[in-house]
Amino acid sequence: MAITIEEKTSALHPLATTALAVVPVFLVGAVLFALLGTDPLEAYRVMVVGAFGSWFDFSEVLVKAIPLMLTGLSVAVAARMLLWNIGAEGQLVFGGIFAAGTALFWAPHMPPALVIPALVAAGFAGGALWALVPAVLKARWNVNEIITTLMFNYVAIIFMEHLYFGPWRDPMGMGFPGTAMFKQVAWLPRFFQTRIHLGLFIALAAAALLYFALKYTPWGYRVRVIGLSDRAARYAGFAFGRQQVMVMLLSGGLAGLAGMGEVCGIHMRLQQGLAVGYGYDGIIIAFLARLNPAAVPVAAVLLAGLIVGGEQLQTATHLPASISLVLEGALLLAILGASFFNRYRLRRTRSR
Amino acid sequence: MDDLIFILAITLKSSIPVLLASLGEIITERSGILNLGVEGMMLVGALAGFVVGQQSGSLLLGFGGAMAAGMLLALVHAFFCIHLRASQVISGLAVTILATGLSSFLGRPFIGRVGIHLGSLPVGPLAEVPLVGPVLAQQNWLCLAALALVPLTAWALAGSWPGLSIRAVGEDPEAADAAGVPVAPIRYACTLFGGLLAGLGGAYLSLVYTPGWKEGMTGGQGWIAIAMVIFATWRPGRALLGALLFGGLTALQFYFQATGAELVPAWILRLLPYLLTVGILFLVTVLKRTRFGAAPAALGQPFFRG
Repeated sequence: MAITIEEKTSALHPLATTALAVVPVFLVGAVLFALLGTDPLEAYRVMVVGAFGSWFDFSEVLVKAIPLMLTGLSVAVAARMLLWNIGAEGQLVFGGIFAAGTALFWAPHMPPALVIPALVAAGFAGGALWALVPAVLKARWNVNEIITTLMFNYVAIIFMEHLYFGPWRDPMGMGFPGTAMFKQVAWLPRFFQTRIHLGLFIALAAAALLYFALKYTPWGYRVRVIGLSDRAARYAGFAFGRQQVMVMLLSGGLAGLAGMGEVCGIHMRLQQGLAVGYGYDGIIIAFLARLNPAAVPVAAVLLAGLIVGGEQLQTATHLPASISLVLEGALLLAILGASFFNRYRLRRTRSR
Repeated sequence: MDDLIFILAITLKSSIPVLLASLGEIITERSGILNLGVEGMMLVGALAGFVVGQQSGSLLLGFGGAMAAGMLLALVHAFFCIHLRASQVISGLAVTILATGLSSFLGRPFIGRVGIHLGSLPVGPLAEVPLVGPVLAQQNWLCLAALALVPLTAWALAGSWPGLSIRAVGEDPEAADAAGVPVAPIRYACTLFGGLLAGLGGAYLSLVYTPGWKEGMTGGQGWIAIAMVIFATWRPGRALLGALLFGGLTALQFYFQATGAELVPAWILRLLPYLLTVGILFLVTVLKRTRFGAAPAALGQPFFRG
């Protein structure tokens, strides 16, 4: 008896295999909980109730989902063109830096009605700028964008730390690692008596826009063709490099908006705790959503639930919140495994 | 003179984790598997090395534990790439995310604990040799082992039977398969070897360089190692040069801190390793077409008999 691998003709629905992929992930978590002497069922109960138990808890999940939607869209739109943007983290940071600079130094001298649009534009511009160098290096000289975008994450974080420990430090902050709090005019409006801020609607609008742009515009058509076959795209005479740069700038800008939302909607200052890995979470969200912008918000809410659940677990039991990172990594692997069983089936055959 | 000794000693000492990880990655990539999980494997190696060393009191067991941990993660990556034909980029990223989470989750109780560490070499009369002696006196046997690995892997890749098989599998798996070279087992072995060295590089951090466990203590060195493989054009000798460049920048950072020279602000010095990595990646990619070798032809491609 032997096992052979065959291509499938009729596959399970992708959603079904993705749902099945969750099972091994929970098993991994259960083993870890048991290792640390915690009842896994109780730990999972705390996580689920902590994230979805009440409207307030769920509103915190939505708050966390805002940057995740934007970084997820950022990674997804680049990946649609076969570009690996691992630098959403640094682009998020730069969006935050630009937004903070605008809020601190320009907002007080601006007509109040223009402040919020200026912040949004600054966030997008900061993220796009941070993606520019890797984008040009990739498009012009084919320099590996995985490495360059990733290295730029470290550079962005060190630069941000320099700003809030150095020239932008709050003079009244008594050593607090952050800038002064922004004037209220530069705070993003909040809704429903929760911390849900304008960013949620920006993120949802971005997802909808991207979905329709990819599906119905000539630009989207070009992106999809390049994503399917860059050879075909070159034959068709698409301005290949320019498309790559533009998509990377868009990708960076989306991540920059995430940073803007965190800085102007949550912290109201540039401070430690902006770079907490949302950029890397975006990779998982993009693949959970199968690079479909319309599915990104759903995937982001799921992942946000996982993260908030992990935080609640830490408060309740002092188990490290990084359990959510473990589960995220396991989830990404499980989806990869599931997609194998989507494409192929194993069959036992008689050995010759 | 003392300044030069200080800089050279720290350069060598700081370059070892990147050197070990990039030697491993060279072997892995030469067999056609791209492993982006190096950063995670180093982190888990650092934690495993520290914990096993602390619990057992044995350095050997500590390093062994680190290598085993790195190999275990490499096994996951290899299984997904080879048997499940998964995207090697996503699989590697997933391994890094998983391993970063694992090291943070399991390492929490060990932060700030005192463990064991590997001391410097007893150099004896060699210490009297100018320059070489005092620099060598600040190193350790793992450092020497890593340096010895450079010619060893270079020779193995260039001339030995296993090395030729590895290259065949990485350049043209179909032809290798037809010639009876076992593609999948060789790719497994190379990926595991890469994980082993990444784990060892991580343990060098937690048992030698800055003894102790700190969350995220690799600080991107795994990623720098991957970039150095491209810089090295998949050759061990040049990987040593890349690692020494990284070590040199680290040493300069220490030097300016120690002498209090305010020539360059500290935060700019901290940026340099990352900017340098982007810079040399750019240079090598631009020059590659004319003077340097190219990547293994089948790098990143899953292989299966059609």
